[in-house]
Amino acid sequence: MEYLTVHSPILIVAVPLLAAFVTPLISRMGNKVRDTFNVTLFGFTMFLVAILAIDIYTGGTRVYTLGAAVPELAIPENYMVPVRIMFQVDGISIFMGLTTTIVMLAALVYSLQFLKNETGQDRFYSLLMLLYVGMIGLEFTGDMFNLFVFLEILSIAGASLASYRTNLADAVEGGFKYIVISAVSALLVLFAIGILYGQYNLLSIAALANAMQFNTLDMIALAMLAIAFVMKLAGVPLHMWAPDTYAVAPAGITPMIYTSSAASMYALYRVTFTLYGGHFDTTAIGWVVIILGVLSMFIGVMMAIHQTDIKRLMAYHAISQSGYMLLGVGVGLAVLTDPVALASYGRDAMNGGIFHIINNALYKGMLFLTAEAIFFRIGTRDLNRMGGLGHNMKWTTIFFIIGALAISGIPPFNGFASKLLIYESVFRFNPLLSIIAMFVSLVTLASFTKVFYSAFTGPEMPAYKEVREVPRSMLIGMGIMAACIIFFSIFPGLVVDTIVAPATEALIDQASYINGVMGVAP
Amino acid sequence: MSVLTYGYAVWSPIVWLVALIVLALIALYVRSRGQKRYKKGTAQTDIFISGIQVPPAEERHVPAHNIYWGFFEALKGFYSTMMRPHTGIINDYILWLVVIMTLTVLVLVMAI
Repeated sequence: MEYLTVHSPILIVAVPLLAAFVTPLISRMGNKVRDTFNVTLFGFTMFLVAILAIDIYTGGTRVYTLGAAVPELAIPENYMVPVRIMFQVDGISIFMGLTTTIVMLAALVYSLQFLKNETGQDRFYSLLMLLYVGMIGLEFTGDMFNLFVFLEILSIAGASLASYRTNLADAVEGGFKYIVISAVSALLVLFAIGILYGQYNLLSIAALANAMQFNTLDMIALAMLAIAFVMKLAGVPLHMWAPDTYAVAPAGITPMIYTSSAASMYALYRVTFTLYGGHFDTTAIGWVVIILGVLSMFIGVMMAIHQTDIKRLMAYHAISQSGYMLLGVGVGLAVLTDPVALASYGRDAMNGGIFHIINNALYKGMLFLTAEAIFFRIGTRDLNRMGGLGHNMKWTTIFFIIGALAISGIPPFNGFASKLLIYESVFRFNPLLSIIAMFVSLVTLASFTKVFYSAFTGPEMPAYKEVREVPRSMLIGMGIMAACIIFFSIFPGLVVDTIVAPATEALIDQASYINGVMGVAP
Repeated sequence: MSVLTYGYAVWSPIVWLVALIVLALIALYVRSRGQKRYKKGTAQTDIFISGIQVPPAEERHVPAHNIYWGFFEALKGFYSTMMRPHTGIINDYILWLVVIMTLTVLVLVMAI
């Protein structure tokens, strides 16, 4: 058990990576064997994530250096700086790891029945595992170059999965757009890493943060990194690819691609707080994040309510919800160098923004699954052609209602708890921002009322008389999300105290992150 | 565990749920005191629209594009402006990236 705890950071990446490459071979033994193999290996990965989480919440940040005699030894003998590949897992990393793992579990279980009659399932599961590896690696890595590598892995796997249904022309187009914007973003990230490496000869995030001079070149690198990640997380006005991609990706993949956007948001936070935090006045970059957040919230929701394609509508809502996270954490970033404001409302704003990440991954993920359940049964995403589905798809309707109420911030659901934290703390920073956030919530409710009315209510349509509820594994996938939403709704205090507050603290406490690596020199 | 405490207020979903259950019980009680002669499957449950013949199910359902028609009509100008940059062309998306990155570089360089 101790061995597993010590090596859990690398095993969490290595086990699904192994599964990704072995899956095509296992598939030759039959689909059931492959499904059992994937579910078992992912179950083991979940166990590893759980023991790593317990270890971090009880013992603090974990440093794992590949090739070192002792994994905690970040700096080799006779060296002044870290040079090896390294994972550094702190409160925010494991928070993102838990979020990714829950969504992956639901996506994996949902896909089992959804893909039953599709071809190329072995490649689908390989790519799904690679997507998970890319996300979890990006969240755990302690150096900038591997952040780029894992960003590439998740982008390539995500684009391939988005265009999985090659018989649909718009799926290929959605995948193409995703890979182009991902490639451009990754090149920007690589260019920025080159600028930093050229100046400091370092790749470790902690060592770079320690050496940062905050000169003009550093600011250019910061702009490149920040905007590349904003593009990947689909912040307005760099969001236009998201509806094209989210709408066409198969069920199970849309929540994963959406969660990979949250991983890009994590990368943005890691860069702005950890790499550039400390002695630098973060007010300007904080306001850049806030403005992008407000634009995302407002334009996202106004575009969403106008849509008649159910998945495009939800994609625009995904953009809008990302705005809340940017707003909450952006306020924390803007007041990072003001201890009074940070203690008074900045920390609560960040708690709200970070709590919203996991809440949103759950209910937005579930809403995407319900949309795909409808498509699975009636073969259209057009809301104009839907109606009365609540008569025959009762469980899907219940899951949709839970997701819709949660995303609209209706109490007592989890979306309300995180939005309440954002409203009240952001109000102290700037009341106008808080009012815009509340208005966006109102329009979100109106938009999901439109979907509920169009798809689920009304008389039973003759064309959909024979429609049945979706298969059990798809219901279980949605059920996992619904159960988490209900738990998070009833116990917001437990969630915030246990996993959200340590994540916020990890972002604010840059010195602890640096000391985690630089402080263990022999 | 259930109560979320932060700087200036608290949020307790359990209190909210208890209040919701109490209200639901009151609503059910009021409903139980109502008309009991209602019979399902009789003319009492047929749709009545001032004597007009009731259209078939697919024609009775208001399609999604008609919902909030007044809202969209009032904001026609806003929506035509919003639609313009959503060209669907990837070159335009990258152009936006260049513009926003340039602005961010200017803001950050001026901030130091």
